[in-house]
Amino acid sequence: MKETMFIDPQRCIGCRSCVAACRECSTHKGYSMIFVDYIDRTETTATMPTVCMHCNEPTCAQVCPADAIKQTDDGIVLSALKPRCLDCRNCVNACPFGVPKYNSAMHLQMKCDMCYDRTSEGLKPMCASVCPTGALSFGTYEQIVPLRRTKPVNAHVFGNQRVETRVYLMVPSEADEITVDGCGVFEGRVNPDAAENESWIDTQVEMSDKSNEF
Amino acid sequence: MSKVEHLDNIIERFGPHLHDAPWGGWQGDRKIDRVVNTHCPYCGMQCGMKLLVSEEHVVGLEPRYDFPVNEGRLCPKGVTAYLQTHHPDRLLHPLIKRNGTFERASWDEAMELVVSKFKGFQEKHGKDSICVYSGSSLTTEKTYLVGKFARLGLGTRYVDYNGRLCMASAGAANKKAFGIDRVANPWSDIPLADVLIIAGANCAETFPIINGFLWKQRDNGGVWIVIDPRETPTARQGDLHLQLKPGTDVALTSGILHVLINEGLIDQGFIDSRTNDWEATRETALKYSPAMASEISGVPTEKIVQAAQIYGRAKTSMVMHARGIEHHSNGTENVLSYINLVLATGSIGSPGRGYGTITGQGNGQGGREHGQKADQLPGYRSILDPEHRKYIAGVWGIDESELPGAGISAVEAFEKMRVGEIKGLISICSNMMVSLPDTNRVRQSLENLEFNVNIDFFMSESSRYADVILPGTTWSEDEGTTTSGEGRVIKINKAVDPPGEARRDWEILQEIAERMGRGKYFGFKNPREIWDELRVASKGGSADYYGITYEKIDAQDGVFWPCPTEESTGTPRLFEERFAHPDGRAKFHPIEYKGAEEKPDEEYPLIFTSGRIVHQYLSGNQTRRIKFLVDQCPEPYVEIHPETARKYKINDGERVKVVSRRGEGVFPALVVKTIRPDTIFIPYHWGEQLAANQLTNPALDPTSRIPEFKACAARIEKIHSRELPILGKGRRGTSQSEVVRGYQL
Repeated sequence: MKETMFIDPQRCIGCRSCVAACRECSTHKGYSMIFVDYIDRTETTATMPTVCMHCNEPTCAQVCPADAIKQTDDGIVLSALKPRCLDCRNCVNACPFGVPKYNSAMHLQMKCDMCYDRTSEGLKPMCASVCPTGALSFGTYEQIVPLRRTKPVNAHVFGNQRVETRVYLMVPSEADEITVDGCGVFEGRVNPDAAENESWIDTQVEMSDKSNEF
Repeated sequence: MSKVEHLDNIIERFGPHLHDAPWGGWQGDRKIDRVVNTHCPYCGMQCGMKLLVSEEHVVGLEPRYDFPVNEGRLCPKGVTAYLQTHHPDRLLHPLIKRNGTFERASWDEAMELVVSKFKGFQEKHGKDSICVYSGSSLTTEKTYLVGKFARLGLGTRYVDYNGRLCMASAGAANKKAFGIDRVANPWSDIPLADVLIIAGANCAETFPIINGFLWKQRDNGGVWIVIDPRETPTARQGDLHLQLKPGTDVALTSGILHVLINEGLIDQGFIDSRTNDWEATRETALKYSPAMASEISGVPTEKIVQAAQIYGRAKTSMVMHARGIEHHSNGTENVLSYINLVLATGSIGSPGRGYGTITGQGNGQGGREHGQKADQLPGYRSILDPEHRKYIAGVWGIDESELPGAGISAVEAFEKMRVGEIKGLISICSNMMVSLPDTNRVRQSLENLEFNVNIDFFMSESSRYADVILPGTTWSEDEGTTTSGEGRVIKINKAVDPPGEARRDWEILQEIAERMGRGKYFGFKNPREIWDELRVASKGGSADYYGITYEKIDAQDGVFWPCPTEESTGTPRLFEERFAHPDGRAKFHPIEYKGAEEKPDEEYPLIFTSGRIVHQYLSGNQTRRIKFLVDQCPEPYVEIHPETARKYKINDGERVKVVSRRGEGVFPALVVKTIRPDTIFIPYHWGEQLAANQLTNPALDPTSRIPEFKACAARIEKIHSRELPILGKGRRGTSQSEVVRGYQL
């Protein structure tokens, strides 16, 4: 079976090694396309890495008026093609995972392409190569899943939209799909004042890191 | 008058400046001329990495998938390490301080000044008027040379190194209990253990790559018991978290041992056949019921019992610890109390059964074995032992009487500088103004020195106090070995030549020795020659490197010492049949709980503890210049529990004053439930007014002479904006008396 990425958030230690390593890919020109966020630093040290989920039917490509976002035959969703990108940012707004970012300096949308330049030559993506814990792992389903106690899920439901992804999220539950319903109630612990009480360290990291998060 | 020139000027000239791009900028299709297999310059994991060289510059890295320890994995410090090689802050020529300002000097001029000053002091005040202070981020060749340079080049007995601030307590305890100071098992044993006790080790942030082994153990169905005052990422990910009060480890481990004894979970066969002094230890432990242990440590009784049962019933288990239990005025006893658990269960000396400290510095292991420590000679020999002295004198070609006696530990040596007994200092690989406890006292030491020489490749907070700075090299510009935290000797390889007029550290030391008239003992032409002498010097010692050659290191992906013969392939796992004491048995130590030297009181009601974050390495002289790392955590903060914050009416992000008996600082509050309500935490990687070590207690462990970084009494005060210190502008020097505060204007 084809190789893909497995995101196992419970292993994430928030070190942002993936963020640093992403910049080293020669096609990225120093820009990182990965994001690592604290969930709620007041409550916990838990962090979550975000890479492109490489949807089977990518929303970003569907909303692109210029047909600038291409999917390879093996299912990798690429960054916008420079000559076509209109700077409209439809994709940035439409992606249910919040993955594509608009790079104002380059007038271009950029997103994780699963290190296509490396993987097409048989190398692992930079982020999954360096990740100390295996929170990001690259390999085949058969290589990765039997080793883990978490369950791979690649179907996400956002309100009325169901998205199947090439990338798997490893979750410590029996669910077959992950439901994010904006109108419903989240399970588990959610701080109702989270928006107001957002820890300053999140804000600071966000504010100070413009070069990487363009 | 401060020895430091105007701080704005010095920072403008020498940084730290934030820099964040490879030489020549980020380029898409650069031609790579060569790829150099080497290792990360930072922590004790010594991960393999490949450096990419283009036009004689290090321009990037590639994961080294085939190195067995990390298989390509790296932490963010490792990924960005190469950015220091061509950093604009690099010191490219010698500097001499004239009228308070650093001026460019030639090597000849700088060397002449150093040697004339040193000779002058020694004629007037004796050989011991000069101190050599080193570090363990140097290669083993260099650390060997530092010891030889001090004793033979300068003839002083005062030499010590920053390992005193690292794992000295573990080293001392390991010698006492096992007769040898090395991790008992290779990291590859970790996944074979059913249960891990991880004490005072925030592995996630301080040894990120060991997490690969930890998670393999977890994937195999293993359990982690994490002992830490904070809910670190490692504690959060573990199965059972014992969130103890800082400094109460002995009470907790005694409580655990009490349960092991009472529930019959000890291995009497092992105790009888392979250990000594069990009875006294047993009696002492029985005084600490789980309830009493709970009362002292603040860990619920049922968790102590549960931990003992999980650990005691496991077929295979390992105990690992780091600075959290070692940085105490009773650090050696803390470590011994954990070793008691290992010996009582007999879980050591076979696959998945073992014990070890996780050494912090890159060459923390190798750097503590070959003679840069005050009382030690190469091969972990003792400078007090006549036989050991005789052997080393023979290797060095001198009469034994020419070897100086034992020196004193780091903190004690700096106290001698403060009171004027030591006149001159030559330091390398150390940033004392960040790393030593009680910064205000260290500043007095540096200001009282009559002459201060510093070898470094960046201007550190401590270099600013120097009279002469000699530019050294980064790890990518020299070759040599280091010994990783698991006792694996690995090889650092040179990628490029030193920039500007910078010279390799061993060349600098040799030239000083030569100009001191001691050149005949320092004729090394390259690191390999130093290595070959070191191999002989270590032969027959406790840390025997004789059989380790550069070729063997390459062929085997590293060699675990002891490796006494050329035929030997090394010793990954220790104690399979015997321990290193003469009778082959390990030794129990009965330990009574004492706790931290300074306990909270009315005036200082909180326990202050310090530690590390994942984005900085030690004193930060290398990593506080790399923009990516600084962006992730721009400044130190104080972690406060919401309950405590409420009591003092402190909001998240608000700047608060933290005060101890030795100093104070202003830090933004990070209000988090992940710390105990009676404890506050500040990461220590910064200097000047951001130094956590302004607060820490220099109380020393009587055996290891390690300072008590991990527990002292402190209080927090709410402050008004007009009281906030002005950082930067308008400051002269860094003495506290010279800091202009807003409200005084």
